Amino acid sequence: MKGRGKGNLPPGDFSERQIEIPEFVTEREQPVRRAKPPGKPASKKQRNKVYGRVAYLFSAMFLALAGYLVYFNISLAEQMRANPNNHKMEEQKQYVVRGSIYSADGEILAGTNINENGNETRIYPFGNVFAHAVGYTTNGKAGVEAAYNTALLTSNTSLVEQVEKGVKNEKVRGDSLILTLDSRLQQTACAALGAYRGAVVVMEPSTGRILAMVSKPDFDPNRMGEDWEYLIAEDAGSPLMNRALQGLYPPGSTFKILTALAYIRQNAAGNAYEAYRYDCSGSITNHDVTIQCFDGEAHGSEDLQTSFQHSCNTSFANIGLGLDLNAFADLCEDFLFNQDLPTLLPYSSSQFKLNSRSSYGDIMTTSIGQGDTLVTPFHMALVTCAVANDGVLMKPYILERIENSQQTEVQETKATAYKRLMSVQEAEVLQSYMRSVVEGGTGSSLWNDWYTVAGKTGSAEYEVDGNTGLEENFSTHSWFVGFSNVEDPDIVVSVIAEDGGTGSSAAVPIAKAVFDAYYSENGYAVW
Amino acid sequence: MDSLIIQFSRYAILFLMTIYTLQSYLVFGRREDDDREFIFLRQNLMMFMMHFIAFVIMFLETRNRDILFLYGAQFIYLAATLVFYRNLYPRASKLIVNHMCMLISIGLVMVTRLSLSADRIDAYRHFEIAAAATALALIVPVIIRKVRVLTKWTWLYAAVGIGLLGLVAVGASETYGAKLAFTVAGITVQPSEFVKIIFVFCIAGLLGRAKTFRDIVVATAVAAVHVLILVCSTDLGGALIFFITYLIMLYVATRNIFYLAAGFGSGALAATAAYFLFSHVRVRVQIWQDPFADYAGSGYQVAQSMFSMAAGGWFGTGLMQGTPENIPIVEQDFMFSAITEELGGAYAICLILICMSCYIMFVNIAMRLSNRFYRLVALGLGTMYGVQVFLTVGGAMKFIPMTGVTLPLISYGGSSMLSTVLMFAIIQGLYILREDEEEQIERQRERELAARRFF
Repeated sequence: MKGRGKGNLPPGDFSERQIEIPEFVTEREQPVRRAKPPGKPASKKQRNKVYGRVAYLFSAMFLALAGYLVYFNISLAEQMRANPNNHKMEEQKQYVVRGSIYSADGEILAGTNINENGNETRIYPFGNVFAHAVGYTTNGKAGVEAAYNTALLTSNTSLVEQVEKGVKNEKVRGDSLILTLDSRLQQTACAALGAYRGAVVVMEPSTGRILAMVSKPDFDPNRMGEDWEYLIAEDAGSPLMNRALQGLYPPGSTFKILTALAYIRQNAAGNAYEAYRYDCSGSITNHDVTIQCFDGEAHGSEDLQTSFQHSCNTSFANIGLGLDLNAFADLCEDFLFNQDLPTLLPYSSSQFKLNSRSSYGDIMTTSIGQGDTLVTPFHMALVTCAVANDGVLMKPYILERIENSQQTEVQETKATAYKRLMSVQEAEVLQSYMRSVVEGGTGSSLWNDWYTVAGKTGSAEYEVDGNTGLEENFSTHSWFVGFSNVEDPDIVVSVIAEDGGTGSSAAVPIAKAVFDAYYSENGYAVW
Repeated sequence: MDSLIIQFSRYAILFLMTIYTLQSYLVFGRREDDDREFIFLRQNLMMFMMHFIAFVIMFLETRNRDILFLYGAQFIYLAATLVFYRNLYPRASKLIVNHMCMLISIGLVMVTRLSLSADRIDAYRHFEIAAAATALALIVPVIIRKVRVLTKWTWLYAAVGIGLLGLVAVGASETYGAKLAFTVAGITVQPSEFVKIIFVFCIAGLLGRAKTFRDIVVATAVAAVHVLILVCSTDLGGALIFFITYLIMLYVATRNIFYLAAGFGSGALAATAAYFLFSHVRVRVQIWQDPFADYAGSGYQVAQSMFSMAAGGWFGTGLMQGTPENIPIVEQDFMFSAITEELGGAYAICLILICMSCYIMFVNIAMRLSNRFYRLVALGLGTMYGVQVFLTVGGAMKFIPMTGVTLPLISYGGSSMLSTVLMFAIIQGLYILREDEEEQIERQRERELAARRFF
């Protein structure tokens, strides 16, 4: 008898008591279980192998669950805690006084006052200036207040104080946040944007630190309760929306940075892109679609660099028609179009819709930053950061570190690279092109002896009321993106002024104020 | 002062849980029975300490005398279960008894805690069912030993199982989009929980004597009828549990990896077809991909579960400090998230490892049984348990789409509790049977040896 092989048992046999099927005895197997016999029958070994495989399979499934839980805690939990729908931490308010928020230069941006009755009031000493970046906590939450709600309501204070407060049944102080925002740059940017609707983002390309983030129209976070009705009114211009992160605009000519990069990359062999020549007559027509240069100006004979410098629409429409569009789309997705951005703050995803089936009109308009392309000012800052930082995009961050109420560090954000988006050579070519814009192009008012700037202006046309196609319904947003100290870039500035006209008319002076402030001795702009 | 005790108690609970979990694996390294015995007793101590601390916290938070009463009753129940098993069935696997008590005690704590936040949850009822189920389960090993015809009723099992599931599909009331339960005389019964056991007996009978390909086709057809009825009742979790259990039993019975691969292949095809055919399947997948796309609607439950787990972090908010009651029907399908929120991610990992230890023990027992039918029963029941844990834990943390099944022995719900305790008891009964047989063989052999020496 060969033991329990594949179905070699008569039906019904299995119902007998095992003792009456003397498997062990006939096989001369040691009957004592723990002492395993040396010569086990093959069938039993096979059988155990199958059971072993099942056990391994399920163990792997259980370990995958445990592994996912670890992954969740490391990678997803923070994002979930920052989700604006998450009201979990409200419970902690009974034990913890909400922590304070400071700027990088030590100014208090948000703090909690407690009066003699124990009532708590959240105070924002700078009022409107940090409204969108820092956010608010009444009538919902926004900005840093929302994204780092958990940290603000967590106390890592010393054991002694925890015990002391615990015994007295008093609240402990929540941890403080020290942000990367610079109060002087923020104030300058806010004042420079003035009455324009729009946004300013200032970043440090070598680290990814966000130095300033302004959006207008704004609001006073100290008066959310009183002003609420006005703030959510339909004609208020969405003052609660952080345009820096959530405002989707056509990029206009600032997008030519990516069109140029696509062309350079697709004609890299033997630096063939340098041989690009185009004779601009002020307009280009292809299959009944006509693209004009600004004011119909004819730029004459150009290469790639001068096309960029003059922001020549006809030349860039021509470039677009020669591009491998799928590769262009891949490049834009690499640059985070249609993708998630690496930040905890709530943002809108930028969109880029070109592919190999796109129409000629779409190709030409998209290549000059119009068409269906939409981008946020923050995202354009990231693109510029990658160029300025020799091709490597650093992960953007606004939280420098967390300290407990005794100023002992709890957690510090380390600058980390997000991804290399282009080669050093490509970045250097783009840097030189952007430098030429300031040296003799649309950004020449940024030329000075004090510091060097490289950048790109943009004038983004959009239709005010729906899709009428009527000339008088079009208006223009004014864009500028650029960086200072071209050899070893210090800061990146991204500006949009809604309905500001051309880039040089509104956005460039705003950027200039920010650069001036950064390089002035007291940190404020010289007006 | 209270808040201080509560804050520090979570570390104590986590510590005890970690030691308990470690010991359930370290025990395999011990050769001596005395050493093992010592570990098992220590595990019981850990469980009682955790149970005690949890109730201290709940009492401090509520100052509710009912809590003290519940603690006393639950303590007596847990202690009695351990004492009864030790004395009535000294040959039962002590590790499985320990795990069963541990998981039930976690369930008792969590249900008691959730009952303090949600009126619909009745901690007394849950406890009564647990106690009744455990008492009933105590006679299961006796039944297995005495009633040998259990192995012969294959077609009766098939008829009863399919009949019950059919009845549910036709006549049951709908809860949360799935037809699951009957209410008879004020008691709500979920028949599919009990059909799980009957199904495993039925398939073990069919596969146990399968000799030809035709026999396998017959067994597959019977299993397919079960699964299809469950799909029609929109009980997707149930259908998946039955389906995977059948595949694993088929694989073990035939040792043919081709069947397993073909089964999973056709399962994947069926799942794809279901995705395009049924809107509720699509909704589940969409929630899994992005619960925030329809946050206020279908995604709300899973989104809240994510918030719960995130709020817990590694060490948890502490018992009574979180808000797990924000998750709709947390007491059934999302018990795992509630545990993660208040007792912590590290604790939850220990819990997964305990469930894994249970499953490994089940397979181990199945492997050591000498009767083919019983082997398949033990493996089948164990697999029912394993798949269910995987589906509910994976669904709660959005590792896989949510299927809406309970966490066995922990979730609130009488039918699930009773059927799982019975499953554990049946496996124990089979194990005891085997140990008895071994002893008999040993005795017989000793007699033979003695006789040989005598001549």
